[in-house]
Amino acid sequence: MDLAATILVDGLIYAGWLFIVSVGLTLVFGVLNILNIAHGSLYAIGAYASASMVGAYFALGGEAFPYGSYVAMILAAVLVALVLGPLLERGLLRFFYGRDEVLNVLVTYAVFLILEDAMKLIWGVNPYFVYEPYTLLGDVEIGPLFYVGYDFAVIAAAVIVGLAVWLTLNKTRVGKVVLAVIHDSEMSQTMGVNVQRIYLGAFMAGTFLAALGGALTAPMISVTPGLGVNVIIVAFAVVIIGGLGSVPGAAIGALMVGISRAASVHLFPEAELFIIYFVMAIVLLFRPEGLFAKTQARKI
Amino acid sequence: MTMMKSRIGAALAATTLLAGMAAPAAAADDTFKIGVITFLSGQAAESFGVPAWNGGKLLVDMLNEGGKLPAPYDKMGFGGMKIEAVIVDEAGGATKQVQEFRNLVQREEVDAVVGYVSSGDCLAVPPVADELKAFTILYDCGTPRVFEDGSYDYVFRTAAHATMDNLSLARYLKSRDFDVPSFAGLNQDYAWGQDSWADFTGAMKQLYPDAEVKTALFPKFGAGQYGTEISALLREKPALVHSSNWGGDLQGFLIQATARGLHKRAQLALSAGDHVIPQLQDKMPDGIFLGARGVNGLAAQARGGELKELTDTMWNAYEAEYNTFPVQAPFRMWQALFGLKTAVEKAMADNGGTKPSSEELAAAMKGLEWDAPSGRIEMALADGHQAIQPNAIGTTKWNAEAGKMELVDIEYYAARCVNPPEGVKSQDWLADGFPGAECD
Repeated sequence: MDLAATILVDGLIYAGWLFIVSVGLTLVFGVLNILNIAHGSLYAIGAYASASMVGAYFALGGEAFPYGSYVAMILAAVLVALVLGPLLERGLLRFFYGRDEVLNVLVTYAVFLILEDAMKLIWGVNPYFVYEPYTLLGDVEIGPLFYVGYDFAVIAAAVIVGLAVWLTLNKTRVGKVVLAVIHDSEMSQTMGVNVQRIYLGAFMAGTFLAALGGALTAPMISVTPGLGVNVIIVAFAVVIIGGLGSVPGAAIGALMVGISRAASVHLFPEAELFIIYFVMAIVLLFRPEGLFAKTQARKI
Repeated sequence: MTMMKSRIGAALAATTLLAGMAAPAAAADDTFKIGVITFLSGQAAESFGVPAWNGGKLLVDMLNEGGKLPAPYDKMGFGGMKIEAVIVDEAGGATKQVQEFRNLVQREEVDAVVGYVSSGDCLAVPPVADELKAFTILYDCGTPRVFEDGSYDYVFRTAAHATMDNLSLARYLKSRDFDVPSFAGLNQDYAWGQDSWADFTGAMKQLYPDAEVKTALFPKFGAGQYGTEISALLREKPALVHSSNWGGDLQGFLIQATARGLHKRAQLALSAGDHVIPQLQDKMPDGIFLGARGVNGLAAQARGGELKELTDTMWNAYEAEYNTFPVQAPFRMWQALFGLKTAVEKAMADNGGTKPSSEELAAAMKGLEWDAPSGRIEMALADGHQAIQPNAIGTTKWNAEAGKMELVDIEYYAARCVNPPEGVKSQDWLADGFPGAECD
């Protein structure tokens, strides 16, 4: 029982992180129909921005109220979205809408390479550390094990992010407009929807979520070059399992990957890397479009 | 008359051209050009590549100035020749590195190549080096396979391979009577991590035959998240956790493991852990057993003895230049460059003082011995092509007064105590119980 509980808790912690990382990727695909390889770089930039902001916060006397560092982390993600969102979407991606999907993959891959170098130019190759927020929330004892309170804060953040995205899409007027654009952007434009603004908003939201994933991860790692490479691979696995463009799919995909990976580490450690792709292969065998892929409306 | 003029003009032009061609050749005899390949970008840059070349650049400058180092390294450059370095980024994979190697040898016409942190690159380059007859020093990579599975005429490795690191750790546990009823491992899932774990378990099987292996975890290289692995280690309750992780992977693991108290429940033993001390400082807990892949970094500074003057000179110059202390990578670069200097000067003593060819350099380097800040380096394996060197393991202790991490309870191991003898493969040597090991 202890083992099952440990696998569940470890799986949930990893899934929470994975969901935050993946949901922006699936949102951008759902709205803009772009498979954004640069999502990994946006995650890494979020981590660097978070490390810089939290560092600055403590340098400016933040010790008096260390919990303010969490605000600094979120602000870092907002800043990345405000700067890079419009720059990439208005400055580059909009010229490729409606073109072959493969072209968009190549364009975002080029952006990924450029951003990787830009990060080295701005932050150098030395690591950045911001441990303070990681230990602020104390320990949590579950069965025989100690966890860090911060891990559960990441799960809470994932739940909040998931609910916010789902509610926005399904229960607000803006969400209904976005869904209309996803369904048929040309018809939406004819009906008076400012599709360009929706695209920009969706891409900025995706950028914010990628950066937020990085910002929340920064305190538990050393922020170094190459951070985004591994993340993008596992994020792709999650959204492919869940079905590209589906927010509930990303949640289920993250849970499946998180829990199966935790089970593998505890029971069959040699299969840790294999298990993610095994789960993906099994899902694709039965559901080639992923678990929650949206139904494609056929245009006449 | 016109024809005469044009002939004179042509002769003058030809003379000028020849003089022009001769000039760089003459200059080249005053210069020894080395191609240096090390990671300037990517994950290995901040841990190994950049500090290695920081150390290398410093040493080249000191040698070019002359008189900055104690004897026998007080003479200018390499045998009086000024050292010129061409730097290449090691990032990009083995195929790219083979191209870069050809470029260095054939286009840049370097006199020697010093390079490679990645074991993959160390395995890919030697056949090309022999094909081009290009004198090459592998300065850093750890895989024993380079010379255990192959032999090369122009390739030398001036650092000991990874078997030494893990046998030393096992010997350290034994010499301190550390009780190890069980142990576990967390190593990166690629050749380095797999080989290190195989070496450690091989050594432990001999020294602690009753110790039980609880779990062997191999998270992906660059994983970043170790929460699940730490849970598994906490749940399995091994007495000791072995890790050969390095760079961001080691930093991330230590941050997350210490926050969850793993270091209080199990002894952490890190085979290559010294290089994260400057970044983590007091966030690295006391009481970790760690090595630096040689008597490098803090262990070299603490050693004293005959090499104290040389070590202190390099240590102080590095600290003054970069405002941090030198970890293992600059030490390995230094031992490579000191070895190259010794080989060049030996070859020049044998050939009458002219700049040595690749053949002459290879002949001089074979079986060579020299002193480096990391200790006495001996090209004792692989028919004189692979170095052995002494090693050290110590325990971390934060000095709050001085505000810096120290290594205490350091044990030093002679080169022949922790390296296999000539002609014996590392894994066989470990499996047979280290026959012929010469420990003090």
